[in-house]
Amino acid sequence: MVHRTMAYKITKKNVNDAINLEKRFDGRGLFDQRPVEIEFGVSNKAEGSVRVRMGKTEVLCGIKMATAEPYTDHEAEGTMMTSVELLPLASPDFEYGAPSIQSVETARIIDRGIRESGFVDFEKLCIKEGEKVWSVFIDLAVINDDGNLIDAGALAAILALMTAKFPVYDEKADKIEFGEFTDKKLPLDKSKLPLTVSFFKSGEKVFIDPTREEEATTKGRLTFEISKPEKDEMINAMQKGGEVTFTTDEIETMIAEATKIFKKLKTLVDESLDKAEKENKKKKD
Amino acid sequence: MAEKGSYTKRIDGRSFDALRPISAKVGVVPNADGSAMFSQGDTIAIAAVYGPKTLHPKNQQNPEKGVLRVHYNMLSFSVGERIRPGVSRRSQEISQVTEWALTPVVMLEELPGTVIDIHINIIQANAGTRCAGINAAAMALAHAGIPMKEMVSAVAIGKMDQTIVSDVTKEEEDYKEGEAATDIPMAYLSNSKKISLLQLDGRIQAKRLIEALDAGKKACQKIYEIQKKVLKESE
Repeated sequence: MVHRTMAYKITKKNVNDAINLEKRFDGRGLFDQRPVEIEFGVSNKAEGSVRVRMGKTEVLCGIKMATAEPYTDHEAEGTMMTSVELLPLASPDFEYGAPSIQSVETARIIDRGIRESGFVDFEKLCIKEGEKVWSVFIDLAVINDDGNLIDAGALAAILALMTAKFPVYDEKADKIEFGEFTDKKLPLDKSKLPLTVSFFKSGEKVFIDPTREEEATTKGRLTFEISKPEKDEMINAMQKGGEVTFTTDEIETMIAEATKIFKKLKTLVDESLDKAEKENKKKKD
Repeated sequence: MAEKGSYTKRIDGRSFDALRPISAKVGVVPNADGSAMFSQGDTIAIAAVYGPKTLHPKNQQNPEKGVLRVHYNMLSFSVGERIRPGVSRRSQEISQVTEWALTPVVMLEELPGTVIDIHINIIQANAGTRCAGINAAAMALAHAGIPMKEMVSAVAIGKMDQTIVSDVTKEEEDYKEGEAATDIPMAYLSNSKKISLLQLDGRIQAKRLIEALDAGKKACQKIYEIQKKVLKESE
């Protein structure tokens, strides 16, 4: 898998043992998340931006918008592109150069969950059919990698989307006044909000939200991207990563946990958006 | 098997759990140490294995075990609108998940310091290309005499509206009615009963997912029998 620093080879056995005893180094249970901190508006030129911290993992997400020609097979739909930058400042394992497979895979998983859930209404991003549509860029930058980048990135992406606003746009001149914003939010269907949880396997135990040290001891993961449009949860995307195998029984156990974690994440998202809205109102008043 | 829903009959007339006609052959690339062709309906994949050979540059060598490298590529003319030749984000991801699907069965600890290169090319595409690629690659590894714990078989399971089907076609992938199409490519190790590739996009309830995985296992077992038969006959 990903190259990890030598130190983790030495501690690997201890970390593994701790997980197998269900006593993690930081005292968490197998399905406990680290504390999550959310801060909106971290970059004022972006159409939407957020900082997400999961323990010591820190990810920034900025939404940028542009106009473009639609794809020929979707002439009345806007487009979306997700990218992940694993910045060398975030970890001794990240290097400059062409995007690594980890970066490409992470971006594609996050993109798939958002796209397949139906959260973004692409038809409402159409400006003129066959000619001009809005492109939404979800750009993620990892500031500190302490594990679980897929989940942290996916959370940052949906929060940034939910707080993004269209920039001022002159349709005749096809010119965007970057840095000037309208009050119009992106066309999102909040009932289809996709949330992401990845399970990691160490020995025979499955757990969530690994630190970088824990992640280095695992052989693989299974990511679920879930939405709840009606009474039942829907799995919108899945991805197995790493040289690990799973039995159907293990997958059933993970789905049951994933449903519980979905609820917790949903509460977290709702609370953070409420809080941000209240703070915004205060500023205006 | 058919649940209530709009997809009551498959577009190509197959029963819901039927695979498309399969054809497989080994030794299709004489220069390679092992090779195989695997086709499922209109989808045709060829795979060639080179190695084990010494890994260069040396600093990439692993003194504990060998390295498996998978390169998945769709030929530019294999689909409707031409694909720009070369590596794409999609092909990089598929190469990576294919590598992860095959690694668990290859006894890499027997081959320290070496690399095994697997080159998969899709000649003609009608959905399920990563699965056909895995089926071909697993056979090519066996054909090359690489020490393996068992075979790997792969299939794409789909849910069209409410109906679970095996070995999805492109037309089915584009199904739009009801809950539309969900695509679940999976790879299965028939002997140890483990899943080594699992991806999904679409919308499916938890209960139905388990049902889909069971359909996948059955389909993979059928594929496994064909892989075994072809490999035995080639000896």
